[in-house]
Amino acid sequence: MTASLAVFFALAALAVIGAVSLIVQKHPIHSALSLIVVMIALAGLYLLLGAEFVAAVQIIVYGGAIMVLFVFVIMLLNAGVEEHTSISKMAGAPGLLLVVALAGFVAATIARSTESVETTLETGEIASTLGISNMIFKEFVYPFELTSFLILVAVLGATVLAQREKS
Amino acid sequence: MNSFLKANAELVITLVKIVLLLFIVLTANAYLTWFERKVVAHMQSRWGPHRVGPHGLLQPLADGVKFLFKEDPTPAGVDKLVYYLAPLLALALALTSIALIPFGPEPVRLFGQDIYLGIAPPDLNIGILALFAVTALGVYGVALAGWASNSKYPLLGGLRSSAQMISYELTLTMSVVGVLLMAGSFNLKKIIEAQAHHLQWGILGWNVWPQILGFFCFFIAAVAETNRVPFDLPEAESELVAGFHTEYSSFKFAMFFIAEYTSMITVSCLCSILFFGGWLSPFPASWLFTHYLPSAILISFGLWVIWDGIRYETIFGRIILPGLGAAITALGVVFVLLPKVNEFIQGPFWLLSKILVFLFVYVWMRGTLPRFRYDQLMAFGWKLLLPLSIVNVIVTSFVILAKMQWWGAK
Repeated sequence: MTASLAVFFALAALAVIGAVSLIVQKHPIHSALSLIVVMIALAGLYLLLGAEFVAAVQIIVYGGAIMVLFVFVIMLLNAGVEEHTSISKMAGAPGLLLVVALAGFVAATIARSTESVETTLETGEIASTLGISNMIFKEFVYPFELTSFLILVAVLGATVLAQREKS
Repeated sequence: MNSFLKANAELVITLVKIVLLLFIVLTANAYLTWFERKVVAHMQSRWGPHRVGPHGLLQPLADGVKFLFKEDPTPAGVDKLVYYLAPLLALALALTSIALIPFGPEPVRLFGQDIYLGIAPPDLNIGILALFAVTALGVYGVALAGWASNSKYPLLGGLRSSAQMISYELTLTMSVVGVLLMAGSFNLKKIIEAQAHHLQWGILGWNVWPQILGFFCFFIAAVAETNRVPFDLPEAESELVAGFHTEYSSFKFAMFFIAEYTSMITVSCLCSILFFGGWLSPFPASWLFTHYLPSAILISFGLWVIWDGIRYETIFGRIILPGLGAAITALGVVFVLLPKVNEFIQGPFWLLSKILVFLFVYVWMRGTLPRFRYDQLMAFGWKLLLPLSIVNVIVTSFVILAKMQWWGAK
């Protein structure tokens, strides 16, 4: 087992444990903290794949900005401990089915694959800052601009909703 | 043992560097508190600490001992895990951020290894992004401490802190984009090298001139990010007792304290590197005599300390201060006598001087400015700083584009 493979499994385990803990935790803040762990573990995985820029942005945007907002809102609303109700039967049966189906699909894919999985550090052209900006601003410039338009609409909508109570 | 050292040279060197930097940073932190108290005191016509040791120089030591030996109660009703995690997180992230700073241009050749000053590899491609990633997480220390204490004032402090961080993080990032555009890289070393294109101009070649707007936004946002006066609303003692760390005592409080001072040092490093040429000398490269400036400063300062120490009122001071002065003078003399060493210390010397200047500015602001009101803070961040930094990005990119189009620069 190479060092990078060991790091991969450590990070993957961290991400999975964080994700499970996110659901199991009773307090919203603990759930948010678990989500931060997942984000950082994912950033580590990106770093392992040689996507330095994506890894850093993952931490800055998701770990730093979005999760701070989550924590901020949870603190502001002073959300208490959640009550765990028993799982509804409607959601339980199809959910279980879906879990089994997904696990089977993943297992089948892994079993069928013959190539070894790339987990090593590889400074790819695509993953570099230059590569990413070329893709965003040349190849996919219209989808990118459309996305920013969508976000702008959402921002304006939020502002309108926040302003309504004042007038 | 020897073969083990050879095989894992990189690992061993990094570990030694980590221990050394940790020692230096913690000592610097301790003396930064002394420096701050002394400077603010003199600004307010007081003496500041002067009882413990000559000129109060042993005050940080006394404070440290006090931090260690105070009772360390855990208030009832706190969220145990998060309560203990918060100061740890704050300290760990602050110390990680300073590990990403390069402190000198040239490696030292020791034991057949090139040893760079600074822990992170000098060719770290995402240098500044990694730094921002670490500092962006730093808010959790404060916010979670406020929440986990299960008490009113800390919660308000934590809330203020996260709101402030979200608001000023944007400006902080946007204001650096201009510098990044000019350097064409995220690498801190390359950013400094980009300012060295006009070595004959000295101080005029630095980023601060074309990026004066960016520097203005960056420095203010960075001060806000470190929760220092005039942006210290999360711990506003006149409103919130002590803000987010009200329920923390003893060494847990000290961890927040050290984290805050370490981030001050990191921000000072970043300001020097991004806008003030990092380790570049402010004088034109042809002025070779300026290479003796470090020695001149050290020798004159050392002699002053000796002179001051001889007539100091306590016996202890009369022994310690001249000794200290003699050591400083000797260091200056060594630099004169060994030209190779003198060449090597030029970079680190200038970087350290710039860091010291910024730390002084930090203290100066604390001694001068009153605290912002909360709505002023928000209006200032969103309505003035953020638009300014965006304008800076747009203007810089247009100028660079124009240069490429019409003057055929690279």
